Amino acid sequence: MSDNPAFEQISGAIKSDDVVLFMKGTPVFPQCGFSSTVVQILSYLGVKFSSVNVLDDMDVREGIKQFSNWPTIPQLYVKGEFVGGCDIIREMFEEGELRDVFASKGIAMEEQAEA
Amino acid sequence: MAMAAAEIEKLIRTALPDAEVTIADLAGDGDHYSAVVTSPSFAGMTRVQQHKMVYDALEGRMGGELHALALQTSAPK
Repeated sequence: MSDNPAFEQISGAIKSDDVVLFMKGTPVFPQCGFSSTVVQILSYLGVKFSSVNVLDDMDVREGIKQFSNWPTIPQLYVKGEFVGGCDIIREMFEEGELRDVFASKGIAMEEQAEA
Repeated sequence: MAMAAAEIEKLIRTALPDAEVTIADLAGDGDHYSAVVTSPSFAGMTRVQQHKMVYDALEGRMGGELHALALQTSAPK
């Protein structure tokens, strides 16, 4: 499993920023409704994030599924930890849990900039 | 490649016999489903762990022949 050459690239991307979203398309031009939903939630919370467009690289597109042991895209990583895909992120957002995750990990949210 | 709702339900029930499963065909095209799965087995698990159990039940079809399954899982309250 660890001999997948895409894993190095993926783990490099995950370490490159506190919040990293593996998605189809880009935040400005998402090419999948599920990816778009997560982008909208992150934008709403005012969280800065990096994104990886899996459509640019077939090895990453397939590799990330093995890497996370998660079959679908998008996938959100916070401080190197897999938090969830679209359904989980949406549910956590609706329950207010996503905000707590970012707060507990020291991720700045623009909404709370004045606090 | 489409998949029948009954087949999805059967796979989940086989892996999680105590689960309550509700499947909806969102677009009526046999390709975009939602599933609500409630099972005592989920107690104490994170959402990621719960979803992984359901994905495991689908034996690799998720993300393949099953394109879209909006998933909501919980333990009974």
